[in-house]
Amino acid sequence: MLRNLYRTTSLAARQSNIHYRTLRLASTGSKGKVLTTDRINPHIRNAEYAVRGALPIRAEALSKELQTNKSLGFDRVVFCNIGNPQQLQQKPITFFRQVASLCDNPELLKAENREDLLKLYPQDAIDRAELLLKHIGSVGAYSHSQGLPHIRENIAKFLERRDGFPANPEHIYLTQGASSGVQNVLQMLTENEKSGIMIPIPQYPLYSATLSLINATPVPYYLKEEQDWGLSVAELKKSVDESRAKGVDVRALAIINPGNPTGQCLTEGNMREIVDFCKAENLVLLADEVYQTNIYKPEQRPFHSFKKVLRSMGEEYNDVELFSFHSTSKGMIGECGRRGGYLECVNIDEGVLQQLYKVASISLCPNVHGQIMTDLMTNPPVEGDASYELYNKEVNGIYESLRRRATKLASCFNGLENVTCNDAEGAMYLFPRVRIPNKAIEAAKEAGVAADAFYALKMLEATGVCVIPGSGFGQEPNTWHFRSTFLPEEHLFDQFCSNIEKFHKEFMNEYRD
Amino acid sequence: MTLNYDNEALPKVLTVENMNPHIREMEYAVRGRLAIRAEELRDALAQGEKLPFKTVVSCNIGNPQQLNQKPITFFRQVVSLCENPDLLAPEKEAIVSQLYPIDAIERARQILKDVGASIGAYSHSQGVPALRKSVADFIAERDGHPADPNSIYLTQGASSGVQNILSILTQNEKSGILIPIPQYPLYSATLTLLGATPVPYYLDEETGWSLDVEEIRQTVREARSKGTDVRALVIINPGNPTGQCLDALNMQDVLTLCHQERLVLLADEVYQTNIYEPEQRPFVSFKKALKEHPQHDTIELVSFHSISKGMIGECGRRGGYFECCNLDKGVMDQLYKMASVSLCPNVSGQIMTSLMVTPPKQGDPSYELYHKEMTGLYESLRRRSKKLEAVFNDLEGVTCQPAMGSMYLFPRIRLPEKALARAAELNQKPDAFYCDLMLEATGVCVVPGSGFAQKDGTWHFRSTFLPPEELFDDFCNGIRKFHQDFMNEYNK
Repeated sequence: MLRNLYRTTSLAARQSNIHYRTLRLASTGSKGKVLTTDRINPHIRNAEYAVRGALPIRAEALSKELQTNKSLGFDRVVFCNIGNPQQLQQKPITFFRQVASLCDNPELLKAENREDLLKLYPQDAIDRAELLLKHIGSVGAYSHSQGLPHIRENIAKFLERRDGFPANPEHIYLTQGASSGVQNVLQMLTENEKSGIMIPIPQYPLYSATLSLINATPVPYYLKEEQDWGLSVAELKKSVDESRAKGVDVRALAIINPGNPTGQCLTEGNMREIVDFCKAENLVLLADEVYQTNIYKPEQRPFHSFKKVLRSMGEEYNDVELFSFHSTSKGMIGECGRRGGYLECVNIDEGVLQQLYKVASISLCPNVHGQIMTDLMTNPPVEGDASYELYNKEVNGIYESLRRRATKLASCFNGLENVTCNDAEGAMYLFPRVRIPNKAIEAAKEAGVAADAFYALKMLEATGVCVIPGSGFGQEPNTWHFRSTFLPEEHLFDQFCSNIEKFHKEFMNEYRD
Repeated sequence: MTLNYDNEALPKVLTVENMNPHIREMEYAVRGRLAIRAEELRDALAQGEKLPFKTVVSCNIGNPQQLNQKPITFFRQVVSLCENPDLLAPEKEAIVSQLYPIDAIERARQILKDVGASIGAYSHSQGVPALRKSVADFIAERDGHPADPNSIYLTQGASSGVQNILSILTQNEKSGILIPIPQYPLYSATLTLLGATPVPYYLDEETGWSLDVEEIRQTVREARSKGTDVRALVIINPGNPTGQCLDALNMQDVLTLCHQERLVLLADEVYQTNIYEPEQRPFVSFKKALKEHPQHDTIELVSFHSISKGMIGECGRRGGYFECCNLDKGVMDQLYKMASVSLCPNVSGQIMTSLMVTPPKQGDPSYELYHKEMTGLYESLRRRSKKLEAVFNDLEGVTCQPAMGSMYLFPRIRLPEKALARAAELNQKPDAFYCDLMLEATGVCVVPGSGFAQKDGTWHFRSTFLPPEELFDDFCNGIRKFHQDFMNEYNK
């Protein structure tokens, strides 16, 4: 309360200052910039997004330097800061690219080109492109602001196959990556600065950054590292009660499943508890499920969608409001640069849906190629199709390779002195805990950075490997982590692991207490 | 088992009352009520319903390829090769060279090399460096002054760049941004969303929608005296919905105004190649005007461009860029941070932006076709603009300024008393009332002037002149007949 009072008073003072200064400057001509960092949107100033923050910026600079300076101690920068598989040479899915390229150049589909075309493209890719273009017209035209009706219908069918429950195409929005859908929903939910959204700690900092930008209140709940990053409803309850007692209007719960950076997959039982919790506490559930096909322990921890769990709990749960998010950036397809994805609205108020439409309409439409890729991802070749064999081979190949690398890297991290690392049940990341010696913590303080940032920076300068410090995701106080993808190419993986081992040994030797 | 998902009776956590109030307040007429109704009518026709018209004609939005405008062949060839790099394998060369010209193949190879691994990877958050360089080179050639790729951001359409810049400019609810009346409602909607203060300045219809620098200065002073922290001036040139182009002298005055009144200039130039009077009013970029102004290294400028307009009309791809001039370094860092949260603009849009600014040159195998397509589209746009302008000016009570640029006409309608009274009865604005009836009678969907704002007591509507040329006469006749009937009805 006192803090708000201070903020209001100083705001008034600043405003009258600005007013005076503006008049004065207007009359005397100019000195200095109109737009300076103290005059910009303060929420932007406060927001942080470590995934492309200080560490990757430094990594880019080193990458450039490598072009001329060969004595850095490593011959390439390995970007493990971001889930960007195709940047690390993961191949795109052939069928998808074939269809996309035909959609871009419909001249190829003309009768006079068919003979040549069949030497380059399988029939089912041709058929799919023709079908899509029939519904799209041109990929260069703005589509419906929610995304093409045909594609939304296909996604609804996918959801029905996946979950066993129907989906309404009118309640589906195609989005530019899941990120843009998440941002629109968080913004919709934010009535004023007291609006609270529960976010996991650790979390993917799209959430914390966006809440900063829209000036909403993040309400953290902690995942339990010692229990495989488990989520307890007791912890959720503690968090929401505490915040509400402070006057925060907590209205939604964001869950990332599989987790990012933590990679855990929820059990069905856990999910039912969470749905119950949302019902009891009047919370909108936000289910970020972009890693739903990156599942590495499918027997013990298969993926369940929150939509399925919610519907399976029966009619009395029709009052639980849910937004589910998916993306073309992850899985085995890794089409990050395309910016494709969708969100599904379940049990959302009709009036709110109309407002969501309005928000989408101002940006006109999500890019059509992203929509096409979302269609392909949710409706890939099936058994019997000409492209099925290759599709299946490619997807399985990538899946098995991800699984192998996840295990290898977890094992590497667990072998490091003073480091423990939970397995990745899903997603693309490992989030090892490093017990950083006091000497290093001191050195970090002196350098003005967090201890894990200090460690990560040293790793980068020594090995060229760019990871993100745990502080970028949030963590229990006085614990230190970093997030690394396990995406580096498999044939270089052993070298990658041994470089990290070597660095870590040297670091520990240098800073041992 | 049919599960009952009807949950009307159950109270919601998230309602229209407790949601973000700015979202609730904001309006975007271009895809608003009338456009939604137009889609319903389109669906009805598809179901076989009998209506007074055979097709719905969407003249509400500058979406040329939806109205059968053909894409530029070379551009689509290049992007389709970038999508499917397998086609560039040596063993496929014989067949691929039957289907693609050699310059398209070479360009795709170069672009893939520039992009790096794959178009499927996230790029640099500002956009692929080499593609930004091609934009910088284009700007330098267009204006005769250098451009810095590090000051360039590739964006998902110009819209997303505009929104980011307006966001960074909004310090608090007193932050004021000057916007033209009439304006493209991306601006008004975004300012509402941000809780910023729009500061309107009026364009003068009788003098071809001209802007008066002294009037803008008055507006600024007045707003500041009331406590608004006016910090930026939005100019849309060529104008939207109004289509006017600024002359070079006027632009120097605008720059001087920005310098004297301490304003950041935001120049929305997405229609820069839709110029229909190139001798009298050629396009001059604000960047060029800035470089020729005495305060060329002081005045802060952000210029926006897009692949959605011009002759290429690649709206659905969502590509474009903005260029920053003389912005504070700390502010540039914050802009980068904002862009990084969304990771990157879609790579296909980035590639199309680069293609737009580096088209085939004379001597290239694809040049002839490219030139033919561009010229054909340009001449056709010019013809349709003139045709529709004549039709509007011919209608009783209607006057219409010519479109010097862009894709729209913004005729002024003078409605009879009886019509005004009827509109009031229905609780509608007169121009919305008129446009509703036009849609129901002809299938033509335009946007009421109130969606763009206009001088008090005047009424307008915005129509594109994009319907295909072979249907244009029918389209014009439909409008003529409707207007005649309307006037007959309400003049009685």
